[in-house]
Amino acid sequence: MSTTYTIPVGPVHVGLKEPITAWLELEGERIVNARVRPGAIHRGIEFMARERNPIQVIYLSERICGICSFSHVICFIRAVEDLAQMNVPVRGQYIRSLVLELERVHSHLLWSGVACYTIGFDSAFHLGMQMRERVMDVLELLSGNRVNYGVATFGGVRWDVTPELEKALRGMVRYYRQEFTPFREIVMEDPVAQARMRNVGVLTRDEAVRYSAVGPTARASGLRIDLRKSSPYEAYADFDVEPVVPQDYFGEAHGDVLDRFAVRVLEVYQSLDIIEKILDGLPEGPFVEEANLNKVMASLKKADGTGWGIIEAPRGDDTHIVSLKGGVDNVLWWKVRAPTYANAVSWPIMFRGNELADAPLIINSIDPCISCMERMLVTDEREYRSEVVTRSELVKRSRQKTFELGSLKSKYVPGGGAEQ
Amino acid sequence: MKSFDMDILRILPRSLWVTTCNSGSCNGCDIEVVATLGPRYDIERFGMKLVGTPRHADVLIVTGPVTHFMHEKLKRIYHQMPDPKVVVVVGNCGCSGDVFYKSYNLDGPVDNIIPVDVYVHGCAPRPEAVIEGVTKAVLKLEGLGKKPDKKEEAQEAEAMKEAEAAGGVAL
Repeated sequence: MSTTYTIPVGPVHVGLKEPITAWLELEGERIVNARVRPGAIHRGIEFMARERNPIQVIYLSERICGICSFSHVICFIRAVEDLAQMNVPVRGQYIRSLVLELERVHSHLLWSGVACYTIGFDSAFHLGMQMRERVMDVLELLSGNRVNYGVATFGGVRWDVTPELEKALRGMVRYYRQEFTPFREIVMEDPVAQARMRNVGVLTRDEAVRYSAVGPTARASGLRIDLRKSSPYEAYADFDVEPVVPQDYFGEAHGDVLDRFAVRVLEVYQSLDIIEKILDGLPEGPFVEEANLNKVMASLKKADGTGWGIIEAPRGDDTHIVSLKGGVDNVLWWKVRAPTYANAVSWPIMFRGNELADAPLIINSIDPCISCMERMLVTDEREYRSEVVTRSELVKRSRQKTFELGSLKSKYVPGGGAEQ
Repeated sequence: MKSFDMDILRILPRSLWVTTCNSGSCNGCDIEVVATLGPRYDIERFGMKLVGTPRHADVLIVTGPVTHFMHEKLKRIYHQMPDPKVVVVVGNCGCSGDVFYKSYNLDGPVDNIIPVDVYVHGCAPRPEAVIEGVTKAVLKLEGLGKKPDKKEEAQEAEAMKEAEAAGGVAL
């Protein structure tokens, strides 16, 4: 009879940049089961938004996550524009797409660097970080900030693409076309790196569907899904964006860490193509519908209803749903569904059968953004147990709660559940 | 802090080992700390490096407004570090709460929980600012390494005597 040991990883761990706890049950070196406890950095952002007006919430939504900050902003703004029926000038849409692609480049470069760092390939990590500085320079030239750009606003963007910036952008695209290929070859054709990443953390196509993986994680399992293709937003309808899948590159999709690496690396090339197309087709005209924020605020105060925005963030589908009430300044409610929330559910599947030493790599392989994810938490205080819940479990709990409430009412309220 | 053997500090301060703790930040500061390790800003030229465990570290970099869950963890990390140590808070939200005000789940800012020596402002601060903050930590440790003035020592001794005479507890 074999013995299993439970190894706790985290919440603060050298292999993780963000706090999350995982308990790995081991049989020797093999992981037989894994449990994940999110919620370490739940800040209550959706709650905070209820005491702020939509314009203040733009800057709050930017700080949901520092890496995909612009995705969250665009998603929130699109949700509000959807419910308030606001227009965005074409130039504004193009600039938004441009910054979204720049963000994708810097996020994927950061991820591929950190993945190399996780497997101990430090020279590739430094190479990746050095290349990433170039796109950070361009973002800084555009907005003045390196991390939280503050570029978008309701009905457009706040900064225009100047000739100087266009020159820098074209220089950046040229630089990456030259420098990025050696990086890709160094990592993906290195036998040691291949041995560390091939057939590690496998998520098959069926499992990706069943556990509703999104973004590069789903594409690495061979699913041809990309919101930029299936439901184009902003300027993406003008370009032909094909989902990047590993079967086009390797011949077949394994759904392992190397495939996820390949998808992200190839998406950088795709983003460079899109950036070039955006620069070539950048239309003239205004880049914001109404620059006076007081007027925008007055029109938003009249808005009433619920709107949604969904975009393809660097990590997958990001969804925001916002509700505003007429005559009230503040946001009524706001729901964020970040891509990591969907992808983290497949962690326990990926862990199974792998070695303990691969655990940080597998955790990193979905490009987790814990600060994005921590919107909802289910904790069972009595059993000291909390897990990422599956849908059926959630439905079960929901039904149980209704049942309990019903029995409480009949017990304490005279006349049963007749009262409202 | 005067009770330490300051001779060690005269040898140590220029090669600091740094550990980080994310207490609920948005990642923005963390990626800037990672960029600080990268080739362009290259903090290793100052002899500093990132270590995996607080038990080996001299400097603790804290990012983020402290969430309720991370409160005890942050305290534990702080107490695991050997003295003398310096705490550097990176980012506005760790310094003051900043954009995360009026939340039910935040116990921060960081100086509510552990003593802080250097504040690095910015949302997120540039890598240069992070480097400046950490070099200020070096200055602090160097300041600890100096021998206390004879004047101060005499004053302290006098104060002790007075306290004893008054019946107070001398430490």
